[in-house]
Amino acid sequence: MVKVTIDKRAVSVPENATILEAARMAGVDIPTLCYLKGVNEIGACRICMVEVEGQVRLVPSCDTTVVENMVVHTNSPRVREARRVNLRLLLSQHDTRCTKCTRSGNCKLQQLTNDYNLLGDHYVPDLKNIATDFTNPVVRIENRCVKCMRCIQVCDHIQGMHIWDLVGTGSRTTVGVHDARKLGDSDCTFCGQCITHCPVGALQEHDDTGKVFDFLADPEKITIVQVAPAVRSAWAEYYHLDPQFATAERMVTALKMMGFDYVFDTNFSADLTIMEEGSEFIERFTHRNRYKWPMFTSCCPGWVRFIKGQFPDYVDNLSTAKSPQGMFGAVAKSYFAEKLGVDPHRIAVISIMSCTAKKAERALPNLNDACGDPDVDVVLTTREMVRMFRGEQIHPETLAETPFDSPLGTGTGAAVIFGATGGVMDAALRSAYYLVTGKNPDADAFKAVRGMDGWKEATFAIPGAGDVHVAVASGLGNTRRLMEAIDNGDVDYDFVEIMACPGGCAGGGGQPIHDGVEMAESRGDVLWGLDKNAKVRFSHENPDVLALYNEYLKRPLSERSHHLLHTDHHGWKMPGEA
Amino acid sequence: MSRLDIKNPSHAQTVVDNLYRDMERRIASSPPGLCPVDMALSFLVMSHAQTCGKCVPCRIGLGQLTKLITNVLDGNATMDTLAIIEKTARSIVDTADCAIGRDAARLVVDGLEGFRDDYEEHIKHHRCLAGLQLPVPCVAMCPAGVDVPGYMALVGEGRCADAVRLIRKDNPMPVACAYICEHPCEARCRRRMIDDAINIRGLKRYAVDNAGDVPQPECAPATGKKVAVVGGGPSGLSCAYYLALMGHKVTIFEERKQLGGMLRYGIPNYRFPREKLDGEIRSILSLGIEVHTEVRIGRDVRVEDLQREYDCIYIAIGAHQDKKVGIPGEDSGNVMSAVEMLRSIGDNNPPDFQGKNVVVIGGGNVAMDVTRSAVRLGAKKVSCVYRRRVEDMTALPDEVTGAMAEGAELVTLSAPVRIEADESGNAAALWVQPQIIGEADKAGRPRPGKADLPERRIPADIIVVAIGQGIEIAGFEQAGVPVKRGGTFMAELDCQVGTMDNVFAGGDCVTGPATAIRAIAAGKVAAANIDTHLGYRHEIEVDVDIPTPRLNNRPPHGRINTSEREANERRNDFEDIEIGLTCQGACTEASRCLRCDHFGYGIFRGGRIRKW
Repeated sequence: MVKVTIDKRAVSVPENATILEAARMAGVDIPTLCYLKGVNEIGACRICMVEVEGQVRLVPSCDTTVVENMVVHTNSPRVREARRVNLRLLLSQHDTRCTKCTRSGNCKLQQLTNDYNLLGDHYVPDLKNIATDFTNPVVRIENRCVKCMRCIQVCDHIQGMHIWDLVGTGSRTTVGVHDARKLGDSDCTFCGQCITHCPVGALQEHDDTGKVFDFLADPEKITIVQVAPAVRSAWAEYYHLDPQFATAERMVTALKMMGFDYVFDTNFSADLTIMEEGSEFIERFTHRNRYKWPMFTSCCPGWVRFIKGQFPDYVDNLSTAKSPQGMFGAVAKSYFAEKLGVDPHRIAVISIMSCTAKKAERALPNLNDACGDPDVDVVLTTREMVRMFRGEQIHPETLAETPFDSPLGTGTGAAVIFGATGGVMDAALRSAYYLVTGKNPDADAFKAVRGMDGWKEATFAIPGAGDVHVAVASGLGNTRRLMEAIDNGDVDYDFVEIMACPGGCAGGGGQPIHDGVEMAESRGDVLWGLDKNAKVRFSHENPDVLALYNEYLKRPLSERSHHLLHTDHHGWKMPGEA
Repeated sequence: MSRLDIKNPSHAQTVVDNLYRDMERRIASSPPGLCPVDMALSFLVMSHAQTCGKCVPCRIGLGQLTKLITNVLDGNATMDTLAIIEKTARSIVDTADCAIGRDAARLVVDGLEGFRDDYEEHIKHHRCLAGLQLPVPCVAMCPAGVDVPGYMALVGEGRCADAVRLIRKDNPMPVACAYICEHPCEARCRRRMIDDAINIRGLKRYAVDNAGDVPQPECAPATGKKVAVVGGGPSGLSCAYYLALMGHKVTIFEERKQLGGMLRYGIPNYRFPREKLDGEIRSILSLGIEVHTEVRIGRDVRVEDLQREYDCIYIAIGAHQDKKVGIPGEDSGNVMSAVEMLRSIGDNNPPDFQGKNVVVIGGGNVAMDVTRSAVRLGAKKVSCVYRRRVEDMTALPDEVTGAMAEGAELVTLSAPVRIEADESGNAAALWVQPQIIGEADKAGRPRPGKADLPERRIPADIIVVAIGQGIEIAGFEQAGVPVKRGGTFMAELDCQVGTMDNVFAGGDCVTGPATAIRAIAAGKVAAANIDTHLGYRHEIEVDVDIPTPRLNNRPPHGRINTSEREANERRNDFEDIEIGLTCQGACTEASRCLRCDHFGYGIFRGGRIRKW
């Protein structure tokens, strides 16, 4: 332990603690902007400067280690002045039309500017003439960027993709796409982790709320909305509602108020995914020699982009099952259209996803199997949905609960856990066990695949089938390590679940942003809780999924299932793919 | 009003003069990788401030160039803009009245010629080809990428053995480099922005002198792969070292009696004591490397045999062939080459120069080594004859002043014409034609020309030719190793010899005569790529904790230099001439390090490469 004095408070802190950490232990809050614990501790913004006795110059607290008897002042006149100057310098290059920014009210720079009462302009505005590229799900706006480098660090160290980089030198240095490419020409998976770790509004999702309002305004359109599992764990965070109160059913009420004709649940198609993917796994597992191993889940579009861009030799290892979003769209525009007796071209399918990569998945040229139109018409992130609620002046705290519509609104506990890392594997194993043995396992038999470890592995004995070796990874950095281990022959698995975002969709790039706080685990706990309390915890027991098979698809992997619910991952190309 | 005043600089002028000095140092320590267009623009802005304002091209033109280049950098230019920039700059060169305008515009013209693609990239794609590749200047400038800030910090804490271990991760010859490295690491040291570069080599010498015997790490499990290294100089030894660490079986074939290459047969003992070299070689060989000396390729063994018997070959034969001046009488007796003379000293068989007049032809480091060795061999008078001026010599300035202090004469601006022999056919004198320095060549180096003065006779008993070395390609060319026009082997940047599957080459025999550290770096590069070629991905790393950077107020502080023994004393022996830093000096000097691995770009982009 090291003894230090911070703002006259004497504290003992661990060796190697930074001044910032020591101050927080002492109950002194030093403001930060670029700092992101464990990821970006580089002292770039110089907002966290403090005065250390004996030092001639001010010292950044985030990357300076304490030493014995250090005396620190965090709010001296010099410090105060330095913070104000550096904030004003940042503001000189910042588009301060906060009213038009999605991060207004949730922006570190705005908060600090307000906190420091920075009225008036001291410096000559110096905005850059760099056009915004709106062609991708991830949008970067130059004049909002504070060059904190967090996006670069997250992409490098958490996701291991190295898409963002510093480009140029000198005064024109900015954040751009590595190797001087455009984002759309890069291997970017559109996972959106750069967005959720941006302290300001420089990175955001492509806003598609206008398209949804257009559909709602069109009397000819039948609007069908599907809500992904992870959305329900986060949608009400903006409203600071008690998680017990912030139920999916209250969100259904809000969506109904907006005028959607049908509010359905992606949980339905998650159960359907398990039926198809679980059956596919059993088929592969019992005919081992015909397939490449291991089999990979295919529900995460960031991961599918990753494998196509980074390990193209393994694309055939992906399950051919579409993602739950894709299956939902195909079923809505075929089975459900027939049930309604309407022309499927009149149906608009809108997805609410915790994900930005889903926007890219929706636009794939071969996800149009139901009627020729894209199976899904528009994807909104959780954040965009909340923005629409706000525009509609919907106040969830005043709403009653409404159940999802039937039949595509029925889901099981096995479906809702799709939103947390390990959930797809857990659900798939529950049904695979049933498919092989004809008996249900304990629904918690596979809990070794749950939890926040970035790379989990387990072996389960399924009577009649043998030992199944599985692995679960989340975060693309972990994924790359896992893929390299598979490729080197260091590990050997039968079935692998990958989610691009750390913690799975609960921590998705489309989820609400809380600066400096990772929410994936607590949101995941909400989902696991929903599973635990669900009446039905097995996908193969979803009555409306069984009805779909009885009435329409016949059985998993049937010809119609193949047509509607499976896809060719070679049917579209990554940038630069031959 | 007085009729005349004594010129006394104003306070403002004194301060500005200091700023000029600071700016000079700052420019010299620019990090490698900056945008050349942006730098050219900055120089232009400064040049424009120097204008007196009398003439149109300089007063207005430089300003317009500034605006136009700014447009290029801001992405507001077209290819037409580039044409206007070029036309304007050329016109200013043509029409400015004095050097202020003319040479400022010439900077722009030179840039348009030298990095036109950078301009075009900014115009067409609004982006820059440049980029900081390595955040730490000293590491970026070291050919072997040695973790300089890391070992500076270790030396500062007195952890000399750890410093040696850390250096060995990237350079297995820390002792050799401690004594004779030309320290390119110091060239862009950021400390120069404050005062002067860190004495990196001096600190390395302190580390190796005080580390004691530092055992080598364990080798990786044997792979069963065999690699032949041809040439036991710094490049071959380095390659052998890393390959052995990776678990490969390495055999070195050396033509001379002993290993060391130019470290033994080129560099005199007074710069790098033999026992230090022998110790370093022993340490490298302790990894279990097999050595065959006095083996000549083409005579005793053929390249084709090695290719067949070994999985890979690394050719690092250096540059040991004499170059001739090409003047009449060069084949007289007592005319020898520098290589010949230094080789005989290296094998403890020095020539007898006692009481003789020795004339050395050349102005490079080897010429200085020969000159200073001749002094030590008891020559009555040693004259170093060079065509150009002292300041044009390629030898390090310290070597030149060292030689002068030891009593050697520099005969500059004198072009050798012929060697006069006595009746027995031995050299009696060197005739030289006095020169006058003239216009600069393209590289900016002034060329000598014939002066209107008669030839001069320099009496000589011994003449040593030290004007460069070539590569002995015999035995290699026949085996299919491609040779470039300059007489060097052709190898890629990964050291692979293009057309030959399992042959790699590096060091002086590929680059032409260069520095030890470049040869060592080539050995390292070759080892990595040979390992890959053999189907492995061994990683070289070291388990040394780098001290956490401390806050440091960094007031300007003089650089602490090593010193030398008195010239009068040292000229009589071949013992080490340099006196290393004291403990106090080393600790103080190490504390001057700005720790660019932490402060600035280092903490963001990673201040060190922990393994390779």
